[in-house]
Amino acid sequence: MAAKRTSEPFWWGLFSVGGVVAAFLVPVHLVLHGLAIPLGWISVSPARMQVIVANPLIKLYLLVLIALPLYHWAHRFRFILEDIGLRSLRAPIAVLCYGAAVAGTVFALWVLLRVW
Amino acid sequence: MTEPRARRPGLYYPKLPTTWWLRNPRYFAFMIRELSSVFVAAFLVVLLIQLWELGNGPDSYAALLQKFRSPGWIVFHAVALAFALYHTVTWLNLTAVVQEVRLGERQVPPWLVTALSFVGWGVVSLVVLFLLLQMS
Repeated sequence: MAAKRTSEPFWWGLFSVGGVVAAFLVPVHLVLHGLAIPLGWISVSPARMQVIVANPLIKLYLLVLIALPLYHWAHRFRFILEDIGLRSLRAPIAVLCYGAAVAGTVFALWVLLRVW
Repeated sequence: MTEPRARRPGLYYPKLPTTWWLRNPRYFAFMIRELSSVFVAAFLVVLLIQLWELGNGPDSYAALLQKFRSPGWIVFHAVALAFALYHTVTWLNLTAVVQEVRLGERQVPPWLVTALSFVGWGVVSLVVLFLLLQMS
Protein backbone atom coordinates (compact mmCIF):
# COMPACT_ATOMS: atom_id res chain seq x y z
CA MET A 1 0.00 0.00 0.00
CA ALA A 2 1.51 3.31 -1.05
CA ALA A 3 1.95 5.88 1.73
CA LYS A 4 -0.56 8.68 1.37
CA ARG A 5 0.75 12.19 1.70
CA THR A 6 -1.12 14.05 4.42
CA SER A 7 -0.79 17.33 6.29
CA GLU A 8 -0.72 15.35 9.55
CA PRO A 9 2.99 16.02 10.39
CA PHE A 10 2.43 19.78 10.05
CA TRP A 11 -0.51 19.80 12.49
CA TRP A 12 1.27 17.37 14.80
CA GLY A 13 4.23 19.76 14.91
CA LEU A 14 1.96 22.63 15.95
CA PHE A 15 0.26 20.33 18.48
CA SER A 16 3.62 19.48 19.98
CA VAL A 17 4.93 23.05 20.19
CA GLY A 18 1.56 24.18 21.53
CA GLY A 19 1.77 21.48 24.19
CA VAL A 20 5.14 22.78 25.33
CA VAL A 21 3.87 26.39 25.50
CA ALA A 22 0.76 25.24 27.38
CA ALA A 23 2.84 23.18 29.83
CA PHE A 24 5.43 25.85 30.64
CA LEU A 25 3.52 29.13 30.39
CA VAL A 26 -0.23 28.65 30.84
CA PRO A 27 -0.34 27.78 34.59
CA VAL A 28 1.51 30.94 35.70
CA HIS A 29 -0.62 33.16 33.44
CA LEU A 30 -3.77 31.44 34.65
CA VAL A 31 -2.83 32.24 38.25
CA LEU A 32 -1.87 35.83 37.35
CA HIS A 33 -4.73 36.88 35.05
CA GLY A 34 -7.43 34.59 36.42
CA LEU A 35 -6.86 34.97 40.14
CA ALA A 36 -3.94 37.13 41.36
CA ILE A 37 -4.71 40.34 39.46
CA PRO A 38 -8.55 40.27 39.66
CA LEU A 39 -8.46 39.35 43.38
CA GLY A 40 -5.79 41.95 44.16
CA TRP A 41 -3.06 39.55 45.35
CA ILE A 42 -0.71 41.61 43.22
CA SER A 43 -1.51 45.11 42.09
CA VAL A 44 -1.11 46.06 38.46
CA SER A 45 -3.06 49.18 37.54
CA PRO A 46 -5.23 48.81 34.41
CA ALA A 47 -3.49 51.83 32.85
CA ARG A 48 -0.11 50.19 33.49
CA MET A 49 -1.33 46.92 31.96
CA GLN A 50 -2.28 48.83 28.82
CA VAL A 51 1.23 50.26 28.56
CA ILE A 52 2.76 46.80 29.07
CA VAL A 53 0.61 45.15 26.37
CA ALA A 54 1.20 48.05 23.96
CA ASN A 55 4.85 46.92 23.74
CA PRO A 56 5.36 45.02 20.44
CA LEU A 57 7.58 42.38 22.07
CA ILE A 58 4.90 41.68 24.69
CA LYS A 59 2.33 41.43 21.88
CA LEU A 60 4.49 38.86 20.11
CA TYR A 61 4.88 36.93 23.36
CA LEU A 62 1.12 36.98 23.97
CA LEU A 63 0.46 35.81 20.41
CA VAL A 64 2.72 32.79 21.00
CA LEU A 65 1.15 32.18 24.43
CA ILE A 66 -2.41 32.26 23.07
CA ALA A 67 -2.19 30.94 19.50
CA LEU A 68 0.08 27.90 19.79
CA PRO A 69 -1.91 26.09 22.53
CA LEU A 70 -5.01 26.54 20.33
CA TYR A 71 -3.41 24.12 17.84
CA HIS A 72 -2.67 21.82 20.74
CA TRP A 73 -6.38 21.95 21.64
CA ALA A 74 -7.44 21.46 18.02
CA HIS A 75 -5.41 18.26 17.66
CA ARG A 76 -6.53 16.74 20.97
CA PHE A 77 -10.16 17.76 20.61
CA ARG A 78 -10.26 16.32 17.12
CA PHE A 79 -9.18 12.93 18.43
CA ILE A 80 -11.49 13.14 21.48
CA LEU A 81 -14.42 13.46 19.06
CA GLU A 82 -13.13 10.58 16.96
CA ASP A 83 -12.46 8.44 20.03
CA ILE A 84 -16.00 8.81 21.33
CA GLY A 85 -17.33 7.44 18.08
CA LEU A 86 -17.53 10.19 15.47
CA ARG A 87 -15.11 8.35 13.21
CA SER A 88 -17.41 8.77 10.21
CA LEU A 89 -17.14 12.57 10.49
CA ARG A 90 -13.37 12.68 10.69
CA ALA A 91 -12.79 14.98 7.70
CA PRO A 92 -15.24 17.75 8.73
CA ILE A 93 -14.11 17.45 12.37
CA ALA A 94 -10.47 17.99 11.36
CA VAL A 95 -11.37 21.00 9.21
CA LEU A 96 -13.49 22.52 12.00
CA CYS A 97 -10.89 21.99 14.74
CA TYR A 98 -7.82 23.21 12.87
CA GLY A 99 -9.95 25.92 11.23
CA ALA A 100 -11.02 27.15 14.67
CA ALA A 101 -7.35 27.33 15.72
CA VAL A 102 -6.44 29.32 12.61
CA ALA A 103 -9.42 31.64 13.18
CA GLY A 104 -8.33 32.02 16.82
CA THR A 105 -4.83 32.99 15.69
CA VAL A 106 -6.16 35.70 13.35
CA PHE A 107 -8.54 36.94 16.05
CA ALA A 108 -5.72 37.05 18.63
CA LEU A 109 -3.58 39.08 16.24
CA TRP A 110 -6.41 41.55 15.74
CA VAL A 111 -7.16 41.81 19.48
CA LEU A 112 -3.48 42.44 20.25
CA LEU A 113 -3.13 45.09 17.56
CA ARG A 114 -6.11 46.97 19.06
CA VAL A 115 -4.21 47.65 22.30
CA TRP A 116 -2.31 50.94 22.15
CA MET B 1 -2.35 9.31 16.65
CA THR B 2 -1.79 7.79 13.28
CA GLU B 3 -4.30 7.62 10.50
CA PRO B 4 -6.68 4.73 11.04
CA ARG B 5 -6.22 1.90 8.56
CA ALA B 6 -8.58 1.75 5.64
CA ARG B 7 -11.49 -0.56 6.35
CA ARG B 8 -11.29 -3.89 4.61
CA PRO B 9 -14.18 -6.29 4.30
CA GLY B 10 -13.89 -9.52 6.21
CA LEU B 11 -11.94 -8.02 9.12
CA TYR B 12 -13.43 -7.50 12.55
CA TYR B 13 -13.70 -3.89 13.72
CA PRO B 14 -14.99 -3.65 17.29
CA LYS B 15 -17.48 -0.85 17.83
CA LEU B 16 -16.78 0.90 21.11
CA PRO B 17 -19.54 2.64 23.03
CA THR B 18 -19.16 6.40 23.52
CA THR B 19 -18.47 5.85 27.22
CA TRP B 20 -15.60 3.36 26.77
CA TRP B 21 -13.26 5.67 28.71
CA LEU B 22 -15.36 5.40 31.89
CA ARG B 23 -14.66 1.68 32.20
CA ASN B 24 -11.12 1.79 33.50
CA PRO B 25 -9.19 4.36 35.59
CA ARG B 26 -6.37 4.45 33.03
CA TYR B 27 -8.75 5.20 30.16
CA PHE B 28 -10.38 7.85 32.34
CA ALA B 29 -7.00 9.46 33.13
CA PHE B 30 -6.24 9.48 29.39
CA MET B 31 -9.51 11.23 28.61
CA ILE B 32 -8.98 13.80 31.40
CA ARG B 33 -5.52 14.51 29.97
CA GLU B 34 -6.97 15.04 26.51
CA LEU B 35 -9.82 17.16 27.97
CA SER B 36 -7.31 19.41 29.76
CA SER B 37 -6.69 21.05 26.38
CA VAL B 38 -10.33 22.23 26.32
CA PHE B 39 -9.90 24.05 29.65
CA VAL B 40 -6.57 25.53 28.61
CA ALA B 41 -8.15 26.81 25.38
CA ALA B 42 -11.17 28.17 27.32
CA PHE B 43 -8.82 30.16 29.57
CA LEU B 44 -6.96 31.52 26.54
CA VAL B 45 -10.27 32.69 25.04
CA VAL B 46 -11.05 34.42 28.36
CA LEU B 47 -7.57 35.98 28.24
CA LEU B 48 -8.37 37.23 24.73
CA ILE B 49 -11.55 38.82 26.14
CA GLN B 50 -9.39 40.54 28.77
CA LEU B 51 -7.13 41.88 26.03
CA TRP B 52 -10.16 42.96 24.00
CA GLU B 53 -11.41 45.02 26.96
CA LEU B 54 -7.92 46.38 27.46
CA GLY B 55 -8.11 47.57 23.85
CA ASN B 56 -11.32 49.40 24.77
CA GLY B 57 -9.41 51.24 27.49
CA PRO B 58 -8.27 50.75 31.09
CA ASP B 59 -11.76 51.37 32.51
CA SER B 60 -13.34 48.55 30.49
CA TYR B 61 -10.50 46.25 31.56
CA ALA B 62 -10.98 47.22 35.21
CA ALA B 63 -14.73 46.52 34.93
CA LEU B 64 -14.01 43.02 33.58
CA LEU B 65 -11.52 42.34 36.39
CA GLN B 66 -14.27 43.31 38.82
CA LYS B 67 -16.51 40.59 37.31
CA PHE B 68 -13.74 38.02 37.78
CA ARG B 69 -14.08 38.51 41.54
CA SER B 70 -17.45 36.70 41.51
CA PRO B 71 -17.57 33.09 42.84
CA GLY B 72 -18.50 31.65 39.43
CA TRP B 73 -15.43 33.08 37.74
CA ILE B 74 -13.17 32.09 40.63
CA VAL B 75 -14.43 28.51 40.32
CA PHE B 76 -13.90 28.60 36.55
CA HIS B 77 -10.31 29.78 36.90
CA ALA B 78 -9.59 27.31 39.73
CA VAL B 79 -10.93 24.38 37.68
CA ALA B 80 -9.05 25.55 34.57
CA LEU B 81 -5.89 25.81 36.69
CA ALA B 82 -6.31 22.23 37.94
CA PHE B 83 -6.60 20.98 34.34
CA ALA B 84 -3.69 23.17 33.19
CA LEU B 85 -1.50 21.73 35.96
CA TYR B 86 -2.57 18.20 34.98
CA HIS B 87 -1.50 18.96 31.42
CA THR B 88 1.86 20.29 32.61
CA VAL B 89 2.58 17.29 34.84
CA THR B 90 1.56 14.70 32.23
CA TRP B 91 3.39 16.56 29.44
CA LEU B 92 6.65 16.94 31.37
CA ASN B 93 6.49 13.32 32.54
CA LEU B 94 6.17 12.19 28.93
CA THR B 95 8.92 14.44 27.59
CA ALA B 96 11.75 12.14 28.71
CA VAL B 97 9.91 9.13 27.26
CA VAL B 98 9.48 10.75 23.85
CA GLN B 99 12.78 12.60 23.65
CA GLU B 100 16.03 10.79 24.35
CA VAL B 101 18.67 13.30 25.48
CA ARG B 102 22.35 12.49 24.83
CA LEU B 103 25.53 14.13 26.04
CA GLY B 104 28.22 12.84 23.72
CA GLU B 105 28.06 9.03 23.89
CA ARG B 106 26.08 8.92 27.08
CA GLN B 107 22.34 9.04 27.46
CA VAL B 108 21.10 11.42 30.12
CA PRO B 109 18.95 9.30 32.47
CA PRO B 110 15.24 9.89 31.71
CA TRP B 111 14.46 10.68 35.37
CA LEU B 112 17.02 13.50 35.21
CA VAL B 113 15.46 14.88 32.01
CA THR B 114 12.06 14.85 33.74
CA ALA B 115 13.45 16.47 36.89
CA LEU B 116 15.17 19.19 34.86
CA SER B 117 11.94 19.81 32.93
CA PHE B 118 10.09 20.44 36.18
CA VAL B 119 12.88 22.73 37.43
CA GLY B 120 12.74 24.57 34.09
CA TRP B 121 8.98 25.00 34.43
CA GLY B 122 9.44 26.49 37.91
CA VAL B 123 12.14 28.86 36.69
CA VAL B 124 10.07 30.00 33.68
CA SER B 125 7.05 30.62 35.92
CA LEU B 126 9.10 32.68 38.37
CA VAL B 127 10.66 34.70 35.51
CA VAL B 128 7.18 35.55 34.15
CA LEU B 129 6.05 36.63 37.62
CA PHE B 130 9.25 38.61 38.20
CA LEU B 131 9.02 40.41 34.83
CA LEU B 132 5.38 41.35 35.39
CA LEU B 133 6.20 42.73 38.85
CA GLN B 134 9.17 44.61 37.37
CA MET B 135 7.03 46.20 34.66
CA SER B 136 4.11 47.07 36.91
